Amino acid sequence: MAARDQHGKDAPWKEGFRVIGKPNPKIDGLAKATGAAVYADDITLPGMLHVKFLRSPHPHANIRSIDASAAVAMDGVHAVLTGDDFPIKYGVIPWTPDENALADGRVRFIGDEVAAVAAVDEDTANRAVRAIEVEYEVLEHFLDPREALAKKEPQIHEQKPEDKAKRHRGNVSKHVALDFGDVDGGLERADVVMSGEYYFHGSTHTAIEPHCAVAEVAPDGLLTVWSSTQITHYVHRALSRVLELPASRIRVIQPNLGGAFGGKSDPFALEFVVAKMAMVTGRPCKCLWTREEVFYAHRGRHPMRMNYTTGATKDGKLTAVDAKILIDGGSYSSFGLVTTYYSGQLLTGPYNFPAYRYDSTRVFTNKPPCGPKRGHGSVQPRFAFEVQLDQIATKLGIDPIEIRRKNWQGSGTKTVNGQRITSSGFHECLDEIQRASDWTNKRGKLPAGRGIGCAGSMYISGTNYPVYPNDMPQAGIQLKVDRSGMVMVFTGGNDIGQGSNSLVRDIVAEELGMNPKDVRVVAADTDLCPVDLGAYSSRVTFMVGNAAIDAARKLRKLIVQAVAEAWEVDEKRVRMGLGEVFDEADREKVIPTKKAFELAEVRWDTLGSTGSYNTPKLGGDYRGGTIGASPAYSFTAHAVEVAVDEATGRITVENCWIAHDCGRALNPMLVAGQMEGSAYMGLAEAIMEHHYVNRFGLHSGPSLLDYRIPTSVDTPELHALIVESLDPEGPYGAKEAGEGPLHPSIPAIANAVFDACGIWLTELPFNQGKVLKALRAKKRAAAAPDKIAVADKES
Amino acid sequence: MLRLPQFDLKTPTTVDEVCALMTEHGENAMLVAGGTDLLPNMKHELFTPDVVVSLADVEGLNGITEHADGSLTIGATTPLDTVATDERVLRRAPAVAQAAGLVAGPQLRRMGTLGGNVMLDTRCQWYNQTYFWRQALGFCMKKDGTVCHVVQGGSKCVAAASNDTAPALMSVGAELEFRTSDTERRLPIDKLWVADGIHNKDSRGELLTSVHVPAQRAGHRGAYGKLRERGSIDFPLFGVAVRLDVEHGTIVDAAAAVVALQARPLHLKKFRETMTGVTLDTPEFETALGKVVDASYKQCRPMPNIPGDEEWRREVAPIYVERTVRAALDGTGPVHHV
Repeated sequence: MAARDQHGKDAPWKEGFRVIGKPNPKIDGLAKATGAAVYADDITLPGMLHVKFLRSPHPHANIRSIDASAAVAMDGVHAVLTGDDFPIKYGVIPWTPDENALADGRVRFIGDEVAAVAAVDEDTANRAVRAIEVEYEVLEHFLDPREALAKKEPQIHEQKPEDKAKRHRGNVSKHVALDFGDVDGGLERADVVMSGEYYFHGSTHTAIEPHCAVAEVAPDGLLTVWSSTQITHYVHRALSRVLELPASRIRVIQPNLGGAFGGKSDPFALEFVVAKMAMVTGRPCKCLWTREEVFYAHRGRHPMRMNYTTGATKDGKLTAVDAKILIDGGSYSSFGLVTTYYSGQLLTGPYNFPAYRYDSTRVFTNKPPCGPKRGHGSVQPRFAFEVQLDQIATKLGIDPIEIRRKNWQGSGTKTVNGQRITSSGFHECLDEIQRASDWTNKRGKLPAGRGIGCAGSMYISGTNYPVYPNDMPQAGIQLKVDRSGMVMVFTGGNDIGQGSNSLVRDIVAEELGMNPKDVRVVAADTDLCPVDLGAYSSRVTFMVGNAAIDAARKLRKLIVQAVAEAWEVDEKRVRMGLGEVFDEADREKVIPTKKAFELAEVRWDTLGSTGSYNTPKLGGDYRGGTIGASPAYSFTAHAVEVAVDEATGRITVENCWIAHDCGRALNPMLVAGQMEGSAYMGLAEAIMEHHYVNRFGLHSGPSLLDYRIPTSVDTPELHALIVESLDPEGPYGAKEAGEGPLHPSIPAIANAVFDACGIWLTELPFNQGKVLKALRAKKRAAAAPDKIAVADKES
Repeated sequence: MLRLPQFDLKTPTTVDEVCALMTEHGENAMLVAGGTDLLPNMKHELFTPDVVVSLADVEGLNGITEHADGSLTIGATTPLDTVATDERVLRRAPAVAQAAGLVAGPQLRRMGTLGGNVMLDTRCQWYNQTYFWRQALGFCMKKDGTVCHVVQGGSKCVAAASNDTAPALMSVGAELEFRTSDTERRLPIDKLWVADGIHNKDSRGELLTSVHVPAQRAGHRGAYGKLRERGSIDFPLFGVAVRLDVEHGTIVDAAAAVVALQARPLHLKKFRETMTGVTLDTPEFETALGKVVDASYKQCRPMPNIPGDEEWRREVAPIYVERTVRAALDGTGPVHHV
């Protein structure tokens, strides 16, 4: 780790923070509120064509033939593309390229892209899509990963015959088995051992903006693609690979984005297809997916069937954790290799695991492909483990918050799987939820049908290693000083609504003592901005923030030196703040920042700077040990208060207290927004959402009517409790806040329901039918009170 | 975004013009008021009319009139939001106001009309989907196909009546005014329904001009109960409207109707005879209520036609019947979880 990558926890000027730590309005807030903000679908170019997709009506089939002649012949149709036009496979993870922009002769789920049409308008394109005739050879399909695993054939992704002889992979997408410490011994010496199966059902992101891409080829051959992506850089690389164009001939721009949540962190078919269509037709081309198509694009949270065995001593100290997880991957790899590791790697905090083992298998099925959703790979195991921890606490008669305190691993430590923990405010998070929720007066003491529960979690602040191995910086920033007194920031970072552009503005303003209004940001344009790897894995605040400090400090040095020389004073006396530069020892000496920029430009010529961030070398010394390694981890604890209508099975979440250790809240308003949004999203998938594929292989309701996300009246009171542990390596001590605060929502509800009515909900979603069945089972078991009622298993 | 199929939009200003257009275009024309049901259905290609006749500018269809006898006439294009908040409807027919107030969400109630809700198409999870989706399914008997996916091997469409206002209007004995170019009829709402999910109304090509709510008794009490997952937007997973006429502490007449079970809304069997003559706040009342609740469990058999766990809906329907009866008596309706 270079010195440039660490900047300390303190304010740059001894007067303290003047921009950071304040609820500064978002840089794009007004534009979005007034409708002025330009999103991908707002882009209309002269002569632009519209692209529509033909999709597979079969969950699994070979394509025998495609006859597009009638479509091609239609008035207004400019081009039809099929899999033959996209022979090169891609995938966001370089080791598992198994996607084609259009099907490679095989379709793997209902909704898989088969062909595409570019036409003068959407209606013509839609008509032409229907005129394409495809002959399919239908294959046996798998909707249940257990079946796909057991049967092996047909393989959803066929191995080459010669490879099959070596090791028939069947429908396994990825298998990871790792163990750390003496698990069997740990379970043996435990006073209590709890085993159970937990099921996570799968959910999707439901960003309000559907995916959209626009492409144009300039007369000189430069291809520009505007896309609603959260990973401009990876899209840039993927376009280059698939279209066989040098990356230097491609420009990718992310316009304003209407939500992503991980659902826009793969390269998608529409980006390749609009680009190719623009190349083929010579016209700009646009594609906006329908809501239904977004459900097929999916990349949402993986369904997981999880078996956990946990041992503890009678005073509640964990002795060992043993997990076996079956992951339903859907039809393509996406980030699946990482998901499989994350399902095990990210569970080893905030509690000390003396011994830990996990065995995770991701299996292909003929359903929309799963991928990363907010809290990638770790929300599901966190649900299982945190419920099991409460089951242990109940058995031992220990308060749920107390058992979490007892097992806290502390800060400045290492996890059992070799991950370095720097700061950890988890203990304070527990204190905060206990205080704010009035836990002590509520737990076990609320009237029948009401309960309170808690859960904890840990999450990464960025992944230590990029998805393609390289030693270049993970984040880069360029600053340009303008004689008007304005500084322009160029960042490759993707602002997907989380506020990263606002963040870099505020950091630069803080470092240069400027009014934030005088700092503007150009982001996520591969022609204009230095590379950033994108908005995923909660990496942006930590990495882009550090790069911004680096760039701003380099620039500050030049400005301060120029002013000091002009004033003939020591550099240490020159300070910048609130839009002025002044002499600390002689307050009569003061000039506007604009004037200081002029002095600096006289001294140094045209002025700018660059800054970067790269991660230190981290991770366990074993295969896969770098996955899950992060320069810092955030920690969260939730307390959730519920009311259960025991007649109908309805769970009403009334309050959710979210205590989150974000290191330092660079903008507490944005941090609280992320905490509330995360908790909302977790509660939503716990109670209502279900990405369900029915017996025909069809998504049961690919619309915002049938895929039920909570409305404002369904949303509980969300109480954000910010905890600041001041991380030694984060920008001013900051860590992530966008994903960690989702994790505890789900198990905290299950644990609160136990407090309310004595049933353990171990299968998601906690819909009312399931709750009612569990309540009935509990009544039946009342005669045998030693049995714990568990919700009926979903087949 | 899904595209609307192409159509010719007509914007008549009088009922006569509407009727003339409907006669002229026959089956090729459809009426649109608020459009909150028709337009999504057109985007799904469930309907592809060549001509759409808008009622937005038609005079005399929008508004509520209170007559001297205490009856109400509600114009067919009166927005649901107006019906839900109108003081006269709240007072004269609370179940109707409550049901209208629980249709969809606030924005949709400002656009959607009472007439549109009465004439709502039946709904089914195998039907209210895009053309692509239905094609991948192989379609169903209600549209473009021959089989039923709700009742495998079934010969009759069981798509569910999903209009909240239907049972409420049935509970108060509402009558519907229909017009065509050469006919005019007033139909008791009970006579409108047919047990066929494909067309669950005995009315084709007519214009519903108004809904007539007869004068209720002095001791009229009513309530609507709606089961749904979210506190807004969703169609009913079960709906029940209750009317109890109470004089001197005794129920002198009663009615209850339910929706979101099968193709037509239904009157609850034995409700009237069981509840009539019962005195409130007596053990006899609790016994009678228990009987109607048990009867509703026997009668109300939700099917996997609309989304939602039908076994759970079956368990919960009687609970909503009971809660809605009590809410009607206590004046605490609607019964809704938020």
